[in-house]
Amino acid sequence: MTTPFEILMPGSALTDATAPASPKAVSYTGAPPNPSAAALAERFPMAVERTQVIWGETVVYVRGGSILEMMQWLHDDPTQRYDYLSDVTAVEYRDFDQPIEVVWHLRSLPFRRFLRVKTQLPKNGPLEVSSVWSIWKSADWLERECYDMFGIKFSGHPDLRRILMWEQYREGFPLRKDFPLRGRFSRAEQLRQALAQNPESRYSMEELTVADAFEDLPEDMRQRLSKGERTGE
Amino acid sequence: MGLIAPPEHKTVSYVPESQEGWVATRLDFLVNWSRANSLWPMPFGTACCAIEFMATAASRFDLARFGMERMSFSPRQADVLICAGRVPFKLAPIIRRIWQQMPQPKWAISMGACASSGGMFDNYAVVQGIDTIIPVDVYVPGCPPRPEGLIHGIRLLQEKVMNERSADNRIRQEMLPDPSSELYIPPSAINELGEPFGNSVHQNRSAP
Amino acid sequence: MASGKRTVQVELSTTGLDAQGRPQRIPLVTSDDGGGLAVAPPLSVEPELEADHMLINLGPQHPATHGVLRLVLELDGETVVRCIPHIGYLHCGFEKIGEYRQYNQIITWTDREDYLNSIGNNVAFALGAERLWGIDVTERCTVLRVIASELSRIISHLVWLGTTCIDIGAFTPFLWAFQQREYVYNLLEGWVGARLTTSATRVGGMAADIPSGWIDGLKKFLRDFPDTIYEIDRMLTKNAIWVGRTVGLGVMSPDEAINWGLSGPMLRASGVAYDVRRDFPYLDYETYDFDVPVGTNGDVYDRYLVRMEELRQSVRILEQAVKRLPDGPVNIDDPRVILPPKSKATSEMESMIHHFKQVMEGPRPPIGESYVAVESPKGEKGYYMVSDGTSKPVRWRIRPPSFVNLSAIPKMVEGHLLSDVIAINASIDIVMGEIDR
Repeated sequence: MTTPFEILMPGSALTDATAPASPKAVSYTGAPPNPSAAALAERFPMAVERTQVIWGETVVYVRGGSILEMMQWLHDDPTQRYDYLSDVTAVEYRDFDQPIEVVWHLRSLPFRRFLRVKTQLPKNGPLEVSSVWSIWKSADWLERECYDMFGIKFSGHPDLRRILMWEQYREGFPLRKDFPLRGRFSRAEQLRQALAQNPESRYSMEELTVADAFEDLPEDMRQRLSKGERTGE
Repeated sequence: MGLIAPPEHKTVSYVPESQEGWVATRLDFLVNWSRANSLWPMPFGTACCAIEFMATAASRFDLARFGMERMSFSPRQADVLICAGRVPFKLAPIIRRIWQQMPQPKWAISMGACASSGGMFDNYAVVQGIDTIIPVDVYVPGCPPRPEGLIHGIRLLQEKVMNERSADNRIRQEMLPDPSSELYIPPSAINELGEPFGNSVHQNRSAP
Repeated sequence: MASGKRTVQVELSTTGLDAQGRPQRIPLVTSDDGGGLAVAPPLSVEPELEADHMLINLGPQHPATHGVLRLVLELDGETVVRCIPHIGYLHCGFEKIGEYRQYNQIITWTDREDYLNSIGNNVAFALGAERLWGIDVTERCTVLRVIASELSRIISHLVWLGTTCIDIGAFTPFLWAFQQREYVYNLLEGWVGARLTTSATRVGGMAADIPSGWIDGLKKFLRDFPDTIYEIDRMLTKNAIWVGRTVGLGVMSPDEAINWGLSGPMLRASGVAYDVRRDFPYLDYETYDFDVPVGTNGDVYDRYLVRMEELRQSVRILEQAVKRLPDGPVNIDDPRVILPPKSKATSEMESMIHHFKQVMEGPRPPIGESYVAVESPKGEKGYYMVSDGTSKPVRWRIRPPSFVNLSAIPKMVEGHLLSDVIAINASIDIVMGEIDR
């Protein structure tokens, strides 16, 4: 039996004791900003492009180069302590010239703060941004989904592959604006491709511990496996 | 859209079951009665309809009075596949495989709008009706159908089972296209840009 | 000559994990005469174990996976060495479709994604959409939404209870729980006309006000429901089988739970008292008197206790809400989002045009974005909406609590037995509709 955990109370780092209240009559742009935005701009003046307050939430637009550093600082710094990653997602606008934005929703439980960090990826360049998996493990599947839906590569992610669509999905990245609602292929073709997918894919060499004893297998079996024969079928 | 060339009308010759006598009809009745009143469902529940299916199996709308309380999650022991919920394309080979694993006699109920026709999900991800993948006997509309609706569907299936005849050798065949059937359309006549089958009703699409 | 007895000397490593982080294989050093071998084999050599690891596939169609979830388990006997979950078998393109629908139309979709918490999702989405306009709803609507959210918390936890009991082996609480759900379904059907897929809210208010006599039905339910909680509690909480099957499984420490992004009862059972209703309140939750149950062991049993206690707390909130329900209009009087009354729309030209535009094109919010998170029964449920001034959002993002909670399952089941995998999976309270959207 493990020893019981100590209870962590959110807001433990706050000095004033005002209880949080439901937002009422939130202003479009005039609400007070999150102090972390100013602190972030002060610490990384070259990376932070601008800060915006919209409907009571603070949004910080940053440049893509030093994302991991900034996130690490937001996580580790004792005045920030953004220990909870709510969401990683992306937004593509209907206007084709506007870049794709990758959005991180961060919460600081000790300070009871909410921050939105955004970076913009122009569409004519590579859609790549660094992964924050090393800081928050919740980014694991969130980034995989972002990749699946938008095609944004998260460098440093341990296992970036499709999560919601099947691995051999060929129609594209569904949430892009140039992807039509009903898909690119005809219904019959979609059905045909869906039925042709291998439902046992991912019984693959990388997953199986057959890979441990690869050298012990007979030579012809090794040949067959290395040519892509699937085990487990 | 749909057909390019109209199908040639053929007459279907139907051999009457002239070999049936009194014993055969009584035997048929016994077999059909026992099948209809002990249909073991295979609940292929995916989404909200599965919750209504569970509610139908619970104590208010009791499925046990129809002999269906024994949910068989193994397809090998199931009689009727109740597809409750939306089926995305990723799940299509799974349901096809489950259907193939079920031994005859087997029936399928498509429960809910999404299983019957894709429902409100007319998009890249959802199969527009499981009848494109497996042959369906009863469609139960609703989103989700009320338990009474599902029970009505089950009663319809029971009627269908009761009206089967053992001498009819066409009902237990797996669905392969039969060129001599009047419903057959050769693949060359099917325009795939519209429907999965060339003869299904073209749904009027509202603007995306 | 071989002696009668074989002695086996087993050298256990200290951490139990090898360099790849997998459970270390134990080399067996045997000899027939009882002494050790002259040279011990190095630890990196594969020993001659008869048993090898087995790869089994759980799902996607399986009674105990709570939907179409596929778990690929690498087993060493009965012990899980590795678990690789596969999701996406219920992916239906919600977020894509949201970009082609008006805000009031999207409410119908929010029913279907977390279908156990339909009316709670409606409330959450309406809050998010109203934030895009900067609208505050009326007092009566606020209290009605609290009633709706708590009722949906009750029915979601009852499904969780019923299905978890079936997974672990107890069948009767499932029937008791679903019987209580039928009472709530009656109430919801009386209010909005549908049992499960309610679509009860609209931007700026509710679809309909509660009918007369509805509150009496709710009061009756609140009188009778605690008896059922008591019955189920008495059956399970101190039951040796239940305790034996759930204690000590799937433990997540508080730091791990926060880092893995867990929320809801999963997080609170691990000792972190984060409840969105308390810490980032909405709908005047700070004015209600309720407790947030927190566990200290982080195992399946604690998650069960937390959810049972949340049922009682929901009853408490509902009783307070029923007392304070004020009279007044349900919808706010904002022409940007609310349709004019039918009598005016059929008689006055301006109202008719306004009605036409609102119905055909839909309400159009100013350019902006909003993220509103609520405490759904599964955890922190967030709707992130980006508007470009048109009636259809540019991006509708659902932050699914079950998705993030489920991503921690490989960590939770390592080292446990196969039957524990079922119990741990049940304790996460996943809804595949929300995970895959």
